[in-house]
Amino acid sequence: MAELGHDATSYAPPREQPEMELPHSHSWWTTYVFSQDAKTIAIQYSVTAISVGLFAMFLSIMIRLQLGFPNTFSLIDPSSYLQYVTMHGMIMVVYLLTALFLGGFGNYFIPLMIGARDMAFPYLNMLSFWFYFVSVLVLMASFFVPGGPTGAGWTLYPPQLISEGTPGIHGGVIFMMVSLGIFIIGFTMGGLNYIVTILQYRTRGMTLMRMPLTIWGIFLATMLALLAFPALLVAALMVLLDHLAGTSFFMPTMFSMGEQLPHEGGSPLLFQHLFWFFGHPEVYIVALPAFGVVSDILATHARRNIFGYRMMVWALVAIGGLSFVVWAHHMYVSGMNPYFGFLFATTTLIIAVPTAIKVYNWVLTLWHGNIRLELPMLFAIGFIFTFINGGMSGLFLGNVTVDVPLADTYFVVGHFHMVMALAPVMTIYAAIYHWYPKITGRMLHEGMGKIHFWVTFVGAYAIFYPMHYLGLAGVPRRYFAYGETSPFIGESVQHLNAFITVAAVLVAAAQLLFIYNLIRSRKHGKEAGPNPWNATTLEWQTEHTPPTHGNFGKELPVVYRWPYDYSVPGAKYDFIPQNVPPEEVEMADEGAVRT
Amino acid sequence: MTITLVFLAALLAFFLGWILSRTVNVEPWVADGGTLNDRLPEILTTPRVALAIFLAVASSLFALSISAYHMRMEFGHDWLALPSPVLLWVNTAILVLGSLALQWSWNAARRDDAVGLRRWLYVGGGLTGAFVVGQILVWRDLNAGGYYMTANPANAFFYFLTSLHALHLLGGLVAWMRVVKRERDGASPEAMCSGVELCTIYWHYLLVIWFILFALLLTT
Repeated sequence: MAELGHDATSYAPPREQPEMELPHSHSWWTTYVFSQDAKTIAIQYSVTAISVGLFAMFLSIMIRLQLGFPNTFSLIDPSSYLQYVTMHGMIMVVYLLTALFLGGFGNYFIPLMIGARDMAFPYLNMLSFWFYFVSVLVLMASFFVPGGPTGAGWTLYPPQLISEGTPGIHGGVIFMMVSLGIFIIGFTMGGLNYIVTILQYRTRGMTLMRMPLTIWGIFLATMLALLAFPALLVAALMVLLDHLAGTSFFMPTMFSMGEQLPHEGGSPLLFQHLFWFFGHPEVYIVALPAFGVVSDILATHARRNIFGYRMMVWALVAIGGLSFVVWAHHMYVSGMNPYFGFLFATTTLIIAVPTAIKVYNWVLTLWHGNIRLELPMLFAIGFIFTFINGGMSGLFLGNVTVDVPLADTYFVVGHFHMVMALAPVMTIYAAIYHWYPKITGRMLHEGMGKIHFWVTFVGAYAIFYPMHYLGLAGVPRRYFAYGETSPFIGESVQHLNAFITVAAVLVAAAQLLFIYNLIRSRKHGKEAGPNPWNATTLEWQTEHTPPTHGNFGKELPVVYRWPYDYSVPGAKYDFIPQNVPPEEVEMADEGAVRT
Repeated sequence: MTITLVFLAALLAFFLGWILSRTVNVEPWVADGGTLNDRLPEILTTPRVALAIFLAVASSLFALSISAYHMRMEFGHDWLALPSPVLLWVNTAILVLGSLALQWSWNAARRDDAVGLRRWLYVGGGLTGAFVVGQILVWRDLNAGGYYMTANPANAFFYFLTSLHALHLLGGLVAWMRVVKRERDGASPEAMCSGVELCTIYWHYLLVIWFILFALLLTT
């Protein structure tokens, strides 16, 4: 609830924001290719990430075809199956979700939402994208080296990662590690930019506690990423040394055909510690921006202020901090000290507290809201469902004794796809439907969007829900075919697998419809106008739609209020943009109190 | 992972304190009043903040490497410490002098003393180059003495950690060259102050990292 009133002079902050010197482009190349404008870089990031994501979706269809209808597609052999599984996982987690949330959304929304003209270091920002682009090219190139890409699973565990018999040990592994290295260096440049921009370039009046939760999510996720990615970098460098120079960081003493292999005494467990020290925060690198985006979309489309804004911020901080002390819950069956299991189960379950705060606050935001079931809202509500479902199965897997029989089964696959694949993807769609009108000036097609939502939402449940039952039936993950273990696996499993595959194909088709919608609406969509959702945040208040170079007109906006002034009692309209001073708020006519 | 966790806990405590001080007594829903000025203090200019964040990332990298060092020592039973060549002490001295030279260069920049700035800037860069060459000599000597990278995990970690440190110094030298180029283009000491300052802080940081790594290698 806003207090309406009084003295405008008290808002002037003591220190003026220095005007940025913007790099101006003079040619087609510097405008569209080597652009230093955060918005162009954001679109470059997004298009690259979505393209590579579509490719990873295609890989998942190949996986499903084999599982649903084994021995039907001669194209898929056991080696290529493992390679598809590996590349699907790695691309989706790192090259799609991380890149899209931070590189794509971060670049577009940070300057616009905090009222800055651009990022703090535009040149570094451009480099960041091109590093990312090269890392994608290197990753894709691994499909064309002899032996193909690595098939060790996205977790890349040594020793099997570089042992004879695993696909792609000659070229694929090297390309994967080099690509990850380039990605991390590029991300560090980008991440530095996001944090410095948020800390230094907020416009007048945009205090930390007036930042939209989207920015909070991106800010904290970037911090996690900057601190966690080095673990992956160290692991990748050491794997390369083990593989190319013959050291034994991770490679234990092994015998093959009675002969000892060159490595000696290395610790596979060390790799797992390093990998998951990155891997678990990575879940939240993807989830925190999603939390933020969902909060903003729920508030806007329910015409209600976010419930418990401060608590939402602290919950984000708490989740981010805790995410660094839970990594070993991925390693209950790895052979580490069993006492660790108890410790990490405890920290894991503690994360449920701030997460539950967030979920309750989202639901309470909807409570008595003036809910408009527009497309972004549908996806945001879809996110709440999938996130709660995925979180619930996490309670099972977080407990050591329950996890042990479920480890490496389809229960795990169902769990993490619900919580960190489906939930963030729902958010990405919500965000794209929400902000596409600002980015292009046109609305996405409503009918196609509805089909896209319902097929994706229901279809994704049809895919991932049955996987929990498969897991309880003991079906192991990553198997090409069940072979000798099949007597232990009921025949009904095959029927369920076929059903999942059919659902997966349908869902994939719906994503193609979405892509068509994106391309078609660019030219033929309905005109959106500057602020189609009547939203309060600064990006909707720009002079031009889409925003031009420099984002805002001559003057940067001044912020007078938080971003959640929806349905303020006494005000004429049900939203008050952040840059409207209290004395300019239009009041409702005397006596006509809105309810 | 203890070392990494201690590092992270310190960082997190600092961050939490800062966040809490900025958020705990704020009423975000109030349209006027509230803390309107929560910029960072004037002294934290944009380049300084950027450097601080980069140093946090680099620290994470080194902390994790040191954690890995300890874990590999603990998990494997084949650890054979390697000798510490005298040359390493010489290199350490050179790096200390390099850091000092840059400090004097920064001091000169603040005094608006163009001659001192240039002199100590070049001396600092030269000493750093000498350090890297010295490290290469150490690697060659050890290799010649049979301490191959593949022979023992202690050797592998020695090469790994020292290379990581040297690579960071080389990255610093790239920044140093840009500062030198600006100096050659005739920038005034006042205009160069920020650049020299960033180099100096980065050098001091890498010196501290070197002390930690060297102590680690000497004690284990």
